[in-house]
Amino acid sequence: MENLEHILSEHPFLQGLHEDYLRLVTGCASNVRFEPGQYLFREDEEANWFYIIRQGKVAVEAYGAERGSVIIDTVEQGEVLGWSWLIPPYNWHFDARAIELTRAIALDGKCLRKKCEDDHHLGYELLKRFAHIMEQRLEATRIRLLDIYGNEK
Amino acid sequence: MTNPVPNPMLPAPYVVQRVLRETHDTFTLELSPKTTMNGFRFSPGQFNMLYVFGVGEVPISISGDPSKTKTLIHTTRTVGTVTKAMYKLKRGYVLGVRGPYGTQWPIGEAVGNDVVVVAGGIGLAPLRPAVYQLLAQREKFGKIVILYGTRTPADILFRKELERWRSRFDLDVHITVDRAMSGWKGSVGVVTTLVPKAPFDPLNTTALVCGPELMMRYTVTELQKRGLQASDIYISMERNMKCGIGLCGHCQWGTEFICKDGPVFPFSEIKSLFAKREL
Ligand SMILES: Cc1cc2nc3c(=O)[nH]c(=O)nc-3n(C[C@H](O)[C@H](O)[C@H](O)COP(=O)(O)OP(=O)(O)OC[C@H]3O[C@@H](n4cnc5c(N)ncnc54)[C@H](O)[C@@H]3O)c2cc1C
Ligand code: FES
Repeated sequence: MENLEHILSEHPFLQGLHEDYLRLVTGCASNVRFEPGQYLFREDEEANWFYIIRQGKVAVEAYGAERGSVIIDTVEQGEVLGWSWLIPPYNWHFDARAIELTRAIALDGKCLRKKCEDDHHLGYELLKRFAHIMEQRLEATRIRLLDIYGNEK
Repeated sequence: MTNPVPNPMLPAPYVVQRVLRETHDTFTLELSPKTTMNGFRFSPGQFNMLYVFGVGEVPISISGDPSKTKTLIHTTRTVGTVTKAMYKLKRGYVLGVRGPYGTQWPIGEAVGNDVVVVAGGIGLAPLRPAVYQLLAQREKFGKIVILYGTRTPADILFRKELERWRSRFDLDVHITVDRAMSGWKGSVGVVTTLVPKAPFDPLNTTALVCGPELMMRYTVTELQKRGLQASDIYISMERNMKCGIGLCGHCQWGTEFICKDGPVFPFSEIKSLFAKREL
């Protein structure tokens, strides 16, 4: 546990979080590992976790019958995967599949949701951090929409 | 009698030695001079005016190795009249060449620094000579990082070469595409997302950036967020050209002529122009 708390405290996502809160978050954390090809979660399943990726790479995919699975994003070492645990109805909107051997810290969303409801200050701290990630992903998606590798009008 | 001054507007004939189809819309021409045995010397970042006889002339950066002067190499994306005609050229055809023109990537200035090369789409072609030169003097630089973004895995330029570079221990190569089917093992996301994760020391880094203007704009923003100074970031600009030698004003951009003051500029010199519309 102490080791997990240390790793979490060093991660930019939780930087500056008060140590009492860090301990609460660590209480919901566990080490996990996914083999290449293994799914972290599938679309429509209940979203009860998010992941801090420590090593490896995860593809976020959408499936369509005509196209098969399309990778819409990859989440890599140092990054955070999954925010559906935070937003009702708490279901995953995409599949997440390990492309490489992936080690991560899984954070139990149900456990965290309860702690956030009990202590709104903790909830706000986590929400601020997720808002930042969402803003970065939204901006990257908007830039991608611009199709920036061509000069076509 | 004195020798006549060579006319800078007169193209020299070059013969197509080899055509390489790189992707569905890009190709590389290997050329050799028709009339002289002299090698072709250039600096990374410079371009030539290539003339397809009877069709027209376009500026294209040199994409070959500056230390190999016997063959002249250009990599082009087909977009319109001239580049489409160029795409149809075959071995043995003759092309007019004027150049080399323009400014170069600041390889000398980067000595002692980390170097991050950021390319988008066809922008990898003008940067390839810089990578060759960096690798030829590898020991003079700190970390060398190549970040390359393109639309799909099928659009990856110089794929084999990128794979070779990626297998080197003294080079970090990261490739990302906008979209891919399941099975692609690389990254998906826009090239700017690679900048925050790339292993270089922002206080001691020279950045070379080339690609469409929007791609360069967002990349420069990310590099600056990482802590790079505008004077450590170099970009290569494109504008329509006619003479290529600072005479006609076709490529004028504010106070700058892209053909002779550029195409490679330190961002600090042109950042006020970069933000302006309709120049
Ligand atoms: C200094 C410099 C270096 C360059 N280096 C390279 C290079 O290494 N490889 C390369 O492929 N190109 C390069 N270019 C761009 C190249 O010169 C143009 O793509 C070419 O002039 C287009 O001519 P065209 O007759 O085929 O197209 P045109 O018939 O002139 O244009 C047809 C259509 O293509 C669009 N278009 C024009 N230019 C571009 C462009 N750059 N990108 C996308 N669409 C365009 C036009 O808006 C038009 O809609 C460089 C340009 C400059 C200024
Ligand atoms: S192209 Fe004529 S001045 Fe630049």
